[in-house]
Amino acid sequence: MPLDIDAAVLSNRRLSDDYSVLALAAPAIAAAARPGQFVMLKTSRGMDPLLRRPFSIFEVLRDAHGAPSGITILNKRIGKGTALLYEVEPGARLECLGPLGRPFEPVDPPAEAWMVAGGVGLAPFVTLSEALIARGTAPTLFYGARRAADLHCADLFERLGVTIVYATEDGSRGATGFITAPLGAALDAAPASLDLRLYVCGPTPMMRAVAALAAAHRRRCDVSLEQVMGCGMGGCYSCVVPARDAGGPPHHTRSCIDGPVFDAARIVWEALAH
Amino acid sequence: MADLSVSIGGLRLANPLIAASGCFGYGVEYADAVDLSTLGGVAVKGLFLAPREGHAPPRIVETPSGMLNAIGLQGIGVHRFIDEKLPDLRRRGAVVLVNICGTTLDEYVELARILSDAEGVHALELNISCPNIKEGGITFGCSLPGTHAVVSAVRKATRLPVIPKLTPNVTDVASFARAAEEAGADAISLVNTFLAMAIDVETRRPKLTNIVGGLSGPAIRPIAVRMVYECRQAVTIPIIGMGGIACADDVLEFMIAGASAVQVGTANFVDPFIWDKLLHGLRAYMQRHALERISDLTGTVDTARKQTAWISS
Repeated sequence: MPLDIDAAVLSNRRLSDDYSVLALAAPAIAAAARPGQFVMLKTSRGMDPLLRRPFSIFEVLRDAHGAPSGITILNKRIGKGTALLYEVEPGARLECLGPLGRPFEPVDPPAEAWMVAGGVGLAPFVTLSEALIARGTAPTLFYGARRAADLHCADLFERLGVTIVYATEDGSRGATGFITAPLGAALDAAPASLDLRLYVCGPTPMMRAVAALAAAHRRRCDVSLEQVMGCGMGGCYSCVVPARDAGGPPHHTRSCIDGPVFDAARIVWEALAH
Repeated sequence: MADLSVSIGGLRLANPLIAASGCFGYGVEYADAVDLSTLGGVAVKGLFLAPREGHAPPRIVETPSGMLNAIGLQGIGVHRFIDEKLPDLRRRGAVVLVNICGTTLDEYVELARILSDAEGVHALELNISCPNIKEGGITFGCSLPGTHAVVSAVRKATRLPVIPKLTPNVTDVASFARAAEEAGADAISLVNTFLAMAIDVETRRPKLTNIVGGLSGPAIRPIAVRMVYECRQAVTIPIIGMGGIACADDVLEFMIAGASAVQVGTANFVDPFIWDKLLHGLRAYMQRHALERISDLTGTVDTARKQTAWISS
């Protein structure tokens, strides 16, 4: 059951002119959250913007005794709501509804987990990494961005002991070009006997390319899709994505309650608007 | 104890708050968050005979104090609704208003017959006002003979309360209320959304794939209140008012203007826990005004002009 908490802003750490990490005091949501789930945040007290915005739960914060105390979200300034969130200061309160959505399923050893992130698509992978590590599965993160300066928060993953493979479009860190290049090479090199699952979140073209790579290598691939959402609860039908089940015809399914995590093989990528 | 119950065309509701069609899925989506039996009613998402996929996204866009939508009536069709959703709604004690949409008169009649035989349906809301699909629906709702024809045809096909949902996209909504009443409607609900448009000035493209959509939210509330007030003067059947309700005062405003019950839509997107807050606000108002029955509030707007003139002529 989702909870609505009028959450105090604990901190808002600006990482760049666009990115910030916003910490919210929301113990009950933090305690219930599973990897890949999201919250709906009201970015203002008034009616402009009117609707809430969906955000992946980036980190689960814990107090000195290890009890869940809050969450963070990774915010990228894109429109009016995210600009308000970028500017928000500690002490402010934001209405926070969650946790919502179908979570990632972490795999157990001896399976391997490869996470593929582009830009703000990094958001769901901290909690997934923690869940994987708790099961004894060592995750690898394939992390791509335009340039090295945009590779935010890699330290969180380093601290967890996650193996990180970088790619930047300008070659300033890791492989030059898209993350699909080192990922494709790694998939080529992986033995067929290796039980492997891919987890992907990022721009739609990137997710589509990774889904194609995974299909070509017959690897299970879970994607976390980011869509315009009105309610996050299944009420408005605004966040639909084109999916195909068991060879049936393509249909629209709600990414808020049927997702945001989908088996990439269900998604009709050529139809997915971006 | 404050009596929050209201009557709509023979249907007794525990309170005047109904979840608006198209804004609450099939109701079951919210069952974890809201005890559906505590709502006055649940108007489920509009149903055709057959399933529909609706429009391609983007389907919504925000505007000041409101939003446009062009979902295109995606839905599972009446048969899957009866098989998959209705038993759950029944079990949870929901008062179910089924919103039906047709492309022809016969489709409305067929839907009414099918739903009349289904256990757990309490009323039929006729969607003759969706602005987002070209065929059917709105073509009935924008013509007085069309409104009369569809309401009387459904009236003959069912014993359930028949509640046509009126569009505000007409010159004189009261004449449509009269046409519905004359055709045998038990109540009317209004307003559906206002046909509207938003354009991205950078790309010069419409923000919705469907180009146009329906405006809802607090932005439309004063117009909706005026329309409920006009319809109250025109008909004697109960009115279910809606349009941008976001707090208890908004509920009260619609009731004072002439509504016997209200529907809440867009505000539920913003706050799925709004229902308890609204009920709490209604109870507080009733206590403050020593009002025993909320139904006594309906149509009590005081329009008598004060006679103290500032300037005598």
